[in-house]
Amino acid sequence: MSELAIETSGLVKVFGKTRAVDGVDLSVPAGTVYGVLGPNGAGKTTAVRMLATLSRPDGGEARVFGKDVVREADAVRSMVSLTGQYASVDEDLTGNENLVLLGRLLGHRKPAARERSAQLLAAFGLTDAADRQVKNYSGGMRRRIDIAASIIKTPDVLFLDEPTTGLDPRSRNQVWDIIRIIVAQGTTVLLTTQYLDEADQLASRIAVIDRGKVIAEGTPGQLKASVGAGAIHVRLRNAAQRETALSVLTTVLGTGVQLDADPVALTAQLSGEDSDREAAEQASRALSELARAGITVDNFSLGQPTLDEVFLALTDHPATSDSSDSSDSKEVAA
Amino acid sequence: MSTTTDAPVSNYTPAAESLGAVLAAGEQPKPPSAWSASVTFGWRAMLKIKHVPEQLFDVTAFPIMMVLMFTYLFGGALAGSVTEYLQFLLPGILVTSVIMITMYTGMGVNIDIEKGVFDRFRTLPVWRPAALVGALFGDVFRYVMASATILIIGLILGFRPSGGVVGVLLGIALLVAFSFAFSWIWTMFGLFLRSEKSVMGVSMMVMFPLTFLSNVFVEPDTMPGWLRTFVEINPITHVVAAVRSLMAGTPDAGEITWVLVSGLVLIAIFGSLTMRLYNRK
Repeated sequence: MSELAIETSGLVKVFGKTRAVDGVDLSVPAGTVYGVLGPNGAGKTTAVRMLATLSRPDGGEARVFGKDVVREADAVRSMVSLTGQYASVDEDLTGNENLVLLGRLLGHRKPAARERSAQLLAAFGLTDAADRQVKNYSGGMRRRIDIAASIIKTPDVLFLDEPTTGLDPRSRNQVWDIIRIIVAQGTTVLLTTQYLDEADQLASRIAVIDRGKVIAEGTPGQLKASVGAGAIHVRLRNAAQRETALSVLTTVLGTGVQLDADPVALTAQLSGEDSDREAAEQASRALSELARAGITVDNFSLGQPTLDEVFLALTDHPATSDSSDSSDSKEVAA
Repeated sequence: MSTTTDAPVSNYTPAAESLGAVLAAGEQPKPPSAWSASVTFGWRAMLKIKHVPEQLFDVTAFPIMMVLMFTYLFGGALAGSVTEYLQFLLPGILVTSVIMITMYTGMGVNIDIEKGVFDRFRTLPVWRPAALVGALFGDVFRYVMASATILIIGLILGFRPSGGVVGVLLGIALLVAFSFAFSWIWTMFGLFLRSEKSVMGVSMMVMFPLTFLSNVFVEPDTMPGWLRTFVEINPITHVVAAVRSLMAGTPDAGEITWVLVSGLVLIAIFGSLTMRLYNRK
């Protein structure tokens, strides 16, 4: 077993009557990206805040590289960095001023802090925006300056709390690339997200959190296998052929074929046991059977299982994002 | 100014070489000393003043308004002449204005928490009170600005302190020192209350009775007994008495000691409450 970067046992945080984090056990191997997946209000942010020494657990223990987050908080603080869900740099200051400020607070002398800031701004493509106030940055730029601020001193553990929420696809891809580079340099990344595909893209292990509890843990493959491998969406040329297509797909793939609202479209669940490959084989078999039955397919796509599907499979309720939304925002305000 | 265009950098692709090099070059400096961290946070406060100069409005326009308003409103009625009243009023209005602007400290802290900036600061391995002490350093600059503004307008209107330059400067120094101590009340509320608006509400509720039910505008002799009792225990009364005595060139050792001791008591109580809240958040 490799060294553990983060280890928690029975971690609890209570806000009034809500048990925001309710007995969470995590083991995060060093040097990997670990995904914590769950809807708003599941307790992700609360858990991360405890690990980053921002709030005190009401029960259980948490260690970062063997150091207790409560008793050895200073030692933990010297190893971790946090990029929160909300901007955690000063919006009134320019990008450069923010980085120099934080560099100074980490102990760099002024010239070293300036040099470090310039290097980071260049590496994050923000040199042109160095002297602009952060409040005038776009969402993607803001997230990049936030991450840059977190690696002024290369951390052993980087917490990224929903780093791509609210970003456009291009900015999201940039953040993903940045995370990959950071982890390749040896930093352990704990990433919280609401998107299964994000956890799938980046994380080597994922914990699914719901209502303060870990309800599933494993590699992305194991997790998806527990839900089914996803679905194939098919668009036919001719709406009249849809009933035939339905019976063909049901024969090939078994149950789980649905007619969509669109009169020429159908969706069929794939049951690939543990791999995307198996799902792809099933899909191609389904398509060739459709062709053999003389049904013209205009268009098809393979869909990953969504977070909602994961939740439906793991719990008996959908991942409603606003059911307990208020508890998440309260943590941030508190 | 307020354009948020992403155009010049939207083609950015994170490069493993440059980013990797930056990460690898991360030498690990020693954490800064308590003093150096506080001064750095003070620098942040100054940068904020540079970028948002409008925030100096409350330390310039507001005090000018206070002086003009009360000098001309009460001057003739209370002291027979505006100039005569000004000799009595100016040290008091100076104390009132500076004490009133201490409440912005609490609002600033509250905004920082709401925006998430404090989360970043609290994960840094620096002396814990540094962020707040540094913010107060920036506020001290604002108190000095306000004092200078009031003094200048006072001198123009005919304020002639017999304590001379030294007396006036000592008076201002004492007031700024007391305000620094007093501000810890607001940092506590800033950490404790949910919104900037509630911080403002609480501050106003405390400030108005404290500044008006004092010896700032009139001598307490004509007040009913119960009110006089309140005025006499009101800390603002003591601060005003001490500052007046210094500016008049007749330092009242008793009042000055009272102000310094109560300043230390305020820091001891509200400073530690503030830090407790700051660590617990």
